[in-house]
Amino acid sequence: MKIIINGKEEVIEKDFLNVLELLKIKKVKMPEMVTVELNGEILEREKFGETIVKEGDKIEFIYYMGGGVKKN
Amino acid sequence: MKLTNEQIERYSRQIILKEVGGKGQEKLLNSKVLVIGAGGLGSPALLYLAAAGIGTLGIVDGDTVDITNLQRQVIHFTDDIKKEKVLSAREKIEKINPDINVVTYNTKVNASNIREIIKEYDFIIDGTDNFPAKFLINDACYFEKKPYSHGGILRFQGQTMTYTPGSACYRCIFETPPPKGAIPSCSEAGIIGSMAGLLGVIQASEAIKYLLSAGELLTNKLLFIDILNLEFRIINIKRNRKCPLCGESPEIKNLIDIEQPVCEISI
Repeated sequence: MKIIINGKEEVIEKDFLNVLELLKIKKVKMPEMVTVELNGEILEREKFGETIVKEGDKIEFIYYMGGGVKKN
Repeated sequence: MKLTNEQIERYSRQIILKEVGGKGQEKLLNSKVLVIGAGGLGSPALLYLAAAGIGTLGIVDGDTVDITNLQRQVIHFTDDIKKEKVLSAREKIEKINPDINVVTYNTKVNASNIREIIKEYDFIIDGTDNFPAKFLINDACYFEKKPYSHGGILRFQGQTMTYTPGSACYRCIFETPPPKGAIPSCSEAGIIGSMAGLLGVIQASEAIKYLLSAGELLTNKLLFIDILNLEFRIINIKRNRKCPLCGESPEIKNLIDIEQPVCEISI
């Protein structure tokens, strides 16, 4: 299936899968560090496992971004 | 307040813009913007806000200038090492534009002082370096009904969004600060100075647009920038009904200081 992840079309070798499985395929090591928006709605983290991603869906992985460098 | 001849000349290149004009310039000169953090984001934001003639600029920062700051915190110079950041920033602003009234707060924001500080201002810029401060600013601006610009940066990337009362807030995207230990380790992280500069300048532009009621703000949107791959993307964000702050059944009713001793990160 084709889905759009962070604005880019990607082909996933499955007809559908849940968000946790998608995070795994996309090698997101720490799912607790990412907010997932599916077709414009922010998903609850607890529902990653039961939320299905299918053909044509638009997904955004939004990461925490705070600061950059070690303080002395 | 009427513009003086000198002010008309100083600001002439923006007064000719139809979105600014003489009226808009007077508005800017009568406005008050608070920049929290005089670091990688706050430095460029302050320089441009000062040059544009924002009448009152508040600066909150409890740190002193360190040599490692100079790579990106462009309001501080080599001679300023060990100087209070608020003082160093004030000196530059006064040199750029003597029109500006600078108010300094040589402290960090916390749950007990932030509402009192932001109350005085028309727009707030989050230029802080840590998640507890970012969540605190978001919550305080929500409770005080103040518009603010969020900014976060990491390596070659940045993200920014603007909050105005009624729009999606930072907690609509990120309910809570990241769990302990989940932040990329300090030694792995880093930041390119120009990325911080770009983001801080966007934050300053949001403040100016808000004050002038001009154009479109980054409300209900998150702008993501990757300067390494030159990617600019706007992600639409809706208000989250489950938001613990502004959702239908909010859990957060008061400001609290979030303890997060994971690792001190500084922009």
